[in-house]
Amino acid sequence: MLILGIESSCDDCAAALVKDGEAILSHAIHSQFDIHKPYGGVVPELASRNHLEKIIPVIEAAMNDARADWTDVDGIAATYGPGLVGSLLVGLSAAKALAFALDVPFLGVNHLEAHLTAIFLEDPTVSFPFLGLLVSGGHTSLYRVEAFGAYTLLGQTRDDAAGEAFDKVAKLLGLGYPGGIAVERLSVRGDPRAFPFPRAMASSKTLDFSFSGLKTAVRYFVQQHEPAFIEARLADVVASFQEAAVDTLVIKVSQAVRSTGVQRIVVSGGVASNKRLRARLEDLARTDGLDVRFPSPQLCTDNAAMVAAVGCRRFRLGESSPFSLNAEPNLLL
Amino acid sequence: MQPLRLTCVTNGPDETMDLGRRLGRLLAAGDVVALVGDLGAGKTCLTRGIAQGLEVPASSCVRSPSFTILNIHTGKHDLYHLDLYRIRTSAELEDLGYREFFYGEGVTVIEWADKIKDLLPADHFRVSLEIRDESTRTITVEGKGSVAGRQRIALRSVLARFGGC
Repeated sequence: MLILGIESSCDDCAAALVKDGEAILSHAIHSQFDIHKPYGGVVPELASRNHLEKIIPVIEAAMNDARADWTDVDGIAATYGPGLVGSLLVGLSAAKALAFALDVPFLGVNHLEAHLTAIFLEDPTVSFPFLGLLVSGGHTSLYRVEAFGAYTLLGQTRDDAAGEAFDKVAKLLGLGYPGGIAVERLSVRGDPRAFPFPRAMASSKTLDFSFSGLKTAVRYFVQQHEPAFIEARLADVVASFQEAAVDTLVIKVSQAVRSTGVQRIVVSGGVASNKRLRARLEDLARTDGLDVRFPSPQLCTDNAAMVAAVGCRRFRLGESSPFSLNAEPNLLL
Repeated sequence: MQPLRLTCVTNGPDETMDLGRRLGRLLAAGDVVALVGDLGAGKTCLTRGIAQGLEVPASSCVRSPSFTILNIHTGKHDLYHLDLYRIRTSAELEDLGYREFFYGEGVTVIEWADKIKDLLPADHFRVSLEIRDESTRTITVEGKGSVAGRQRIALRSVLARFGGC
């Protein structure tokens, strides 16, 4: 079964061909990073206008790279939410038009489900149940994944997403965009224990996260010290912030393991590429005898292969979506 | 119409949220609230209070829409929570169909509203949050256009709870 997946929920416009839900035949991505860089963030209007220009070339690239013919395609899956409505509509409309023209089934995919199950493209040995930590610019959520399609939300951020905190703190400190990478790079040279930033919700019994207070704490810290001090200790400030953010995530994962008894953890989303987070969770796995897995960085960030993989699983079950399916910017899982 | 401009001080996020809740109760369908203030000033926190005042169920958690730009919550009146953190100019908001929200059935709360001054409807409440120190915020509520005549006494009594005048 050959499935074309399309993903355009935010910055990236991507298309991928996946065979039988596991073999990625091609993976074309047009990152809008260069376009957004001067503005220090994603500019939605640019995003949707640019998706419109790139969507067909990206799909064609995916088809060419896989040496696939349109008659080989058995179904088309596209992200329908959550995300920016303008961006979502571009990919969703392209998918519907192609499915209609080719007379193959069409499926709208929940972006969050695609992230949580992206690991299976690389590692089909992961077994259920597992705890799925989804950390990105727009989401920070912890799920218990019982099976494909069976997700229980255990906790989520009450204010900012973890990736959003990285971006906002990077902007606050003038580190550039994307903030996550800038913070990670500079942190390598800093002392993560130099300054004690707060670990929000650490003592709370819920599995919810909070990152807004951490962002504000960094802001106060910068205000309360001389610019020369901040400049001299920038790497320490950044490393301490990153450590607090990572700790916040690790503490909740650890609590979730205790409260659910589930000892397998799969991390996904853009922040799952953060090396410090990986190292700390791997430490936790060693000390507590847990099984922690991460997709490779290309499958952590937004990509279309994970969308195609969900499509494949659901098409096999006989599922499909009507052409009336609309984009849902606030779609839940 | 005499201009409406009231200022008060909140001490901590709980009080900011409480002020939001009391303001939220006074809002009507179609109202637009423009929020202005720096990173960490408490815009999302105030919005969480406004949501409570609009009887948005607690299960519909109000969080930062910096990434999604817009979150919609259903309550006594629907709450359209816009966050323009990542938007540069008003031209960039055109694509998002903003008119539906500004002139719709629900209450619209806009974070970083100064980025789209020219798009804001003439009638709106403007709430600015200024960081005084780690816990306290100076919060100013203004009524622009015809809303200046609405709820004057009620607003004055709400802000008086927080030392307002």
